[in-house]
Amino acid sequence: MIKAIKHAGVGLFTLLALNNNALAEQVQVAVAANFTAPLQAIAVEFEHDTGHSVLASFGATGQLYAQIHNGAPFEVFLSADASTPAKLENEGLAVSGSRFTYAVGRLVLWSAQPGYLDGSAEVLKANQYRHLALANPKAAPYGLAASEVLATLGLSSALQGKLVEGQSISQTYQFIATGNAELGFVALSQVYKNGQLSGGSAWMVPATMHTPIKQDGLLLKKAQQNPAAAAFIAYLKGEKAAAIIQSYGYQL
Amino acid sequence: MPLSKADFAAVLLTLELASLTTVLLLLIGTPIAWWLARTNSRWKQPLGAIVALPLVLPPTVIGFYLLISMGPHGVIGQLTQSLGLGTLTFTFAGLVIGSVFYSLPFVVQPLQNAFESIGRGPLEAAATLRAGPWDAFFSVVLPLAKPGFVTAAILGFAHTVGEFGVVLMIGGNIPGKTQVASVQIYNHVESLEYAQAHWLAGGMVLFSFIVLLALYSGRSRTRVWQ
Amino acid sequence: MIWPFARRTPAIRTVSGPGEIQARFKVAHPGFSLDVELSLPGRGVSALFGHSGSGKTSCLRCFAGLDQPANGYLQVNGELWQDSAQGICVPAHQRAVGYVFQDARLFAHLTVRRNLEYGLKRIPAAQRRIALEQAVELLGIEHLLQRLPGNLSGGEQQRVGIARALLSSPRLLLLDEPLAALDLKRKQEVLPYLERLHTELEIPLVYVSHSPDEVARLADHLVLLEDGKVSASGPLKETLLRADLPFVFEDDAEAVVDGVVSGHDPAYGLLALQLPGSSAGLQLPHAPLALGQPVRIKIKARDVSLSLQRAADSSVLNLLPARVVDWINVAEQAHVLVRVQVGGEQLLARITRYSFDRLQIQREQTLWAQVKSVSLLSAN
Repeated sequence: MIKAIKHAGVGLFTLLALNNNALAEQVQVAVAANFTAPLQAIAVEFEHDTGHSVLASFGATGQLYAQIHNGAPFEVFLSADASTPAKLENEGLAVSGSRFTYAVGRLVLWSAQPGYLDGSAEVLKANQYRHLALANPKAAPYGLAASEVLATLGLSSALQGKLVEGQSISQTYQFIATGNAELGFVALSQVYKNGQLSGGSAWMVPATMHTPIKQDGLLLKKAQQNPAAAAFIAYLKGEKAAAIIQSYGYQL
Repeated sequence: MPLSKADFAAVLLTLELASLTTVLLLLIGTPIAWWLARTNSRWKQPLGAIVALPLVLPPTVIGFYLLISMGPHGVIGQLTQSLGLGTLTFTFAGLVIGSVFYSLPFVVQPLQNAFESIGRGPLEAAATLRAGPWDAFFSVVLPLAKPGFVTAAILGFAHTVGEFGVVLMIGGNIPGKTQVASVQIYNHVESLEYAQAHWLAGGMVLFSFIVLLALYSGRSRTRVWQ
Repeated sequence: MIWPFARRTPAIRTVSGPGEIQARFKVAHPGFSLDVELSLPGRGVSALFGHSGSGKTSCLRCFAGLDQPANGYLQVNGELWQDSAQGICVPAHQRAVGYVFQDARLFAHLTVRRNLEYGLKRIPAAQRRIALEQAVELLGIEHLLQRLPGNLSGGEQQRVGIARALLSSPRLLLLDEPLAALDLKRKQEVLPYLERLHTELEIPLVYVSHSPDEVARLADHLVLLEDGKVSASGPLKETLLRADLPFVFEDDAEAVVDGVVSGHDPAYGLLALQLPGSSAGLQLPHAPLALGQPVRIKIKARDVSLSLQRAADSSVLNLLPARVVDWINVAEQAHVLVRVQVGGEQLLARITRYSFDRLQIQREQTLWAQVKSVSLLSAN
């Protein structure tokens, strides 16, 4: 009787395990917070075109890195910078040669109030606001870029008491969107849709004012057997994805 | 010791925040707990449930709604602006308010339990001995409820020390103002500064343990038989 | 030193009237109602007797002001404590009452001494009529002063509770079944102290009880409560003997009689008592007592039988000449309770209706009461 149960158990387990491999239609993607909107749009198209499904987790690059290090089940990693994927490659957690730049980010100074910013850096320099939001430079590349811009403009010390840091670019956006910070530095993709600003007012930061925000992605070791993961990366490099990425204000 | 000036400042800030929040909560929580313990009105259950909300809500939910309501378009924000105080997000005062909401049930519930277990008996006895309501409260209820107060203070303090989600949402990570220890530890981890994270986190654990140990030992010495 | 929190008591209205207690309480809750009108003497012990749920504790709480009936009137020895018609209701802490709870309710965080001082501190020195030492001596608790209530036995707690209530110099002392929570031994321990209260205090006591023995021993005035209403109120002995209330103590209908010790027979261990206004005496097995000591005894109706002639050879010790006063049928007409006069006191005799008809009992008839058993209520 017990033997029969044991056999049944083993059989069931094998069936399920085989099932997992045979029907591997799902790919788990870890995505930097700033790429949230475009990725969601791309995922919809991907699922429609290939039949595979996408399970995406969004977060701060540093946080995702720590999770991958501690065994998170991600298969594809889309970072907000280039150095973190490079580290993962060196540490042997990625499939070598899979690293590629999936987008180049653009920084924008944005305010939720239409008309607050006039398309130039004047309001920023005038320093008449109470709070300026940016992402934590240690944790997010957009934050680092923002602090570089401030340094370039010579405003770092003048703004000492007015800077508020969000833990991630999405949190930074929240501070500005709720009006708690009058303005701040976010990723263009967060406020740009279908080729135009989706609300408020902005100053497009010239890309020369900061180190280019190269956003790299790669395939993690966990995904080696997963056809859906490879398919997703290929799709990201394709034309449909390119169109979506650009419409959100990224460059390629 | 590889703890930077920012780390020490964060620890100090955390202790300030926790102490101030605990004191405020004891002052606000005592009348609330007293009313909840004694009332028979039909508002008892709904209000008890509202007080208990922070027990079940994720801190980020509380933080999110605080972010909106303390902002320039929100209820609290409009009030503070009309009083000439500006908005409270990104300020220490804002953190105190957030912490008061966040730790409210941890202070009110032990107090309420203590008051309920005292019951009407001692109060009626005091009344027959010429003690008016305030007199009876201070001379009979408070001493008998002392263990409850100690518990409430311990829980309120500890809970605020550990506060993270709410601070994250409304703090803005400003050193000396809103950069509390829990956020600072998170910063270190985010920036892969694991050694500093260890020192700071370990130090917090040690300190909290010592405080709690002292408070618990004091508590068993004031044990009161009912 | 006046306790810092004592407030100047707003002037309590006084009404002219004899020294007595007048009360009217009307309370209506779902499942319970109280509708009583009482007139109690302003001195001595008034007992509220009834079964559980009869409203005696509610009544007491109304006296104290712990419950405030919407419709009520209370006047105690000239002080007006409640009159809903005039919108007056003095809160409990401003009434000069002492309350002894069934469960003592000593403050657990204070020593006995501090418990005693609690009420004392809160009245101005000029109004204190009992000193700490007096109350301590009256209740015999000198050796307990430094203890915490948790370390006292039930009887000791109750005595401290009584002393504490006394020390607030009340004008009215209320006792809510103070012995109910005690075992027999402790009851015997505390009862003498209650009797001392009775004899040594000038303030009125209202004593709630469901024990006929306690009532018989302590009360001067008896109030019977049933279902939240007063079914009888009057001096103790009279009320006990009211033949229209056979269900007062149900099967335990009894009479209470005061006598005086007149002798003792050491050979047979019999104590002899003289009944006032009668040549007759009673005898009962008992240890000797001082000659002339007044005692209170109770005689159950079922221990009294009647005979037309004095029985010549009977084992019954006490054969008393008696005169029939009146009677009532009880227990589905099978028994009759007959009230008889023996000297200056009255007794109840429970006989069958058959015997009643056969003996042709009539008012004013003289016959003999045979008292089979007598119990002494007062302790040595």
